[in-house]
Amino acid sequence: MDYFIELFFSGLSRGAIYALIALGYTMVYGIIGLINFAHGEIYMIGAFTSFIVATILSILGLPLLAIVVLTGLAAVVWSASYGYTIEKIAYQPLRHAPRLSALISAIGMSMFLQNYVLLAQTSDFLPFPSLIPDFHFMEPVAHIVGSTDLVILFTTTVAMIVLTVLVKYTKIGKAMRATAQDRTMAMLVGINVNRVISATFIIGSSLAAIGGLLIASHIGQINFYIGFLAGIKAFTAAVLGGIGSIPGAVLGSIVLGLTESFATGYVSSDYEDVFAFSLLVLILIFKPSGLLGKSDTQKV
Amino acid sequence: MNFTLRKKFAAVAAGLLLTVALPGAGFAADTIKIGVAGPHSGDLASYGLPTVNAAKIIADKINAGGGINGKMIELLVEDTVCKPEVATNTATKLVSDGAQMILGGICSGSTKAALPIFLNAGILVMSPSATNPPLTQSGEYPNFHRTIAPDDAQAKLVVDFAIGKMGYTKIAVIHDKGDYGKGFAEFAKQFVEASGKAEVTLFEGVTPGQVDYSAIVQKVKQSGAETVIFGGYHPEASKIITMMKKKRLDATFISDDGVKDQTFVKVAQENAEGAYASGPKDTSNNPLSKQAVQEHKDTFGSDPGAFYENAYAAMLAITNAAAKAGSTDLEALKKALQTEPVETPLGPITFDERGDAIGVGFSIYQVQNGQWVELK
Repeated sequence: MDYFIELFFSGLSRGAIYALIALGYTMVYGIIGLINFAHGEIYMIGAFTSFIVATILSILGLPLLAIVVLTGLAAVVWSASYGYTIEKIAYQPLRHAPRLSALISAIGMSMFLQNYVLLAQTSDFLPFPSLIPDFHFMEPVAHIVGSTDLVILFTTTVAMIVLTVLVKYTKIGKAMRATAQDRTMAMLVGINVNRVISATFIIGSSLAAIGGLLIASHIGQINFYIGFLAGIKAFTAAVLGGIGSIPGAVLGSIVLGLTESFATGYVSSDYEDVFAFSLLVLILIFKPSGLLGKSDTQKV
Repeated sequence: MNFTLRKKFAAVAAGLLLTVALPGAGFAADTIKIGVAGPHSGDLASYGLPTVNAAKIIADKINAGGGINGKMIELLVEDTVCKPEVATNTATKLVSDGAQMILGGICSGSTKAALPIFLNAGILVMSPSATNPPLTQSGEYPNFHRTIAPDDAQAKLVVDFAIGKMGYTKIAVIHDKGDYGKGFAEFAKQFVEASGKAEVTLFEGVTPGQVDYSAIVQKVKQSGAETVIFGGYHPEASKIITMMKKKRLDATFISDDGVKDQTFVKVAQENAEGAYASGPKDTSNNPLSKQAVQEHKDTFGSDPGAFYENAYAAMLAITNAAAKAGSTDLEALKKALQTEPVETPLGPITFDERGDAIGVGFSIYQVQNGQWVELK
């Protein structure tokens, strides 16, 4: 039973990370119907920004809490500005072009960002400072869940709540929902659609940056390529939950994280990805819109 | 049609005649012909040319000192481009030119292709760099020897260390699913099972680049392993060992020379402390090794390249064997290689009956205070 709970928690914290990234995919898709394949790289840039800022701040000798807060802020601001810029230069000019063009543009952006970080920083793996202290809990809790897992779960939950409030009860949230429903109509009633889209990219990128900071601190290393697999997995989670749906992205991520964790634990890590993607295929066969997705099919 | 066929026949017959006739001529002459086969052009030339340089340096030294039992060394340098089909042609040419010993075969694949030709001619082959285990272990090539440890030697050393020295009885073997990592892990598993003293509690591959490895670490813990043997490279190793410390998994970590890298220590930081890994023996302080490097600088004006010291050792071993055996007959040479130790840049070496060098190989290293330290 202990083993089951351990696997459950590690699946849960992996799912929480996926969720932070998956929300960016799902929100962008929900608003403009584009799969932003450069989103995984935003997560990577968040991790790199955190690395640089945290290193500088710790040289200055600030207390840990100040370092964490400032690093988090810097990562969010920096990644959000990347998200904003990417949308402006790579997607906005193609908004009325065929969908495929925007998709190719997204893949190109992803390649560009990877190589940009590779050249600007390094191809080496870098040690990431442990921003989340690794507490020693008392047994029997200690071997079930670590402090970093709890911090990840807590942060993700808070981020979800903030996001839900934002979408449901604020003006920009209302505008986002309207734009998602019908862009032309939203424009006609006076919503500045471009601003809404920019806001969506900024929010999604901020969440990805938090994800980058958390996971880098959890596993203790980064390099320019970490965004690729994490991005693919988060995208899978978003599709699993029903792309375009915010609760769906969270549910899909948790389901994916748990599936991977249990597949590793009870079958073999050789088949971790096999199980994850088999689940995806099964769900798409029986519920093509994903777990919580709307059932209108659109061409991607 | 008939005419061309006849022409071909004539050519082949002439070729065969040459192969039969020339070794006789070689024995009669006052030289010992050593064939140097390897990639001397193409994209792998940097692996083959240092061997040619090592052969030249030693041949010149021996010739200046009066040769081997009065016979001068003559080098027959032939290119294989590391391609099996070229290597067989090269081998035929070397045999027909009267080579009595072969230094080389740089790549395992092309070496394997050429070996039957040398074996039929009864010629000893000494490779500085072909690490494929079956070359010596299959027993098919009794003429083959090498001065580099085979790929499985690391796994053997690691398993002997884990079971023999540390006394572990429950071992989890993990790899990165890659050729190198998985190959190492499979050998390790095989040796643990063959030892009869320990069991493999877990044998699994992880996906490189995966977001985190907590589930596999928990599985290792569940399996009750006292140690983890990991086959792969340092990025995965540092992630796994960090997660092991986070999950309070009280097992040691042993890995291969893909992990014995300072980057591993740099990335895993204090979590790396106490980890073990195998790596090539450190022979850079050996006076002969320093001398060999200096000779290369003096002769060619540059630093030696890949496998230079292994090639230097290989050339010393075959010339020494020829001197001690007093002939270049395969059996006599083999006997000399097995019984007459020779001082090389890699340390004193002899050969086992399969052709692997004894005394060449890997050591176990441990991270101590942020540095890899060779355990004696």
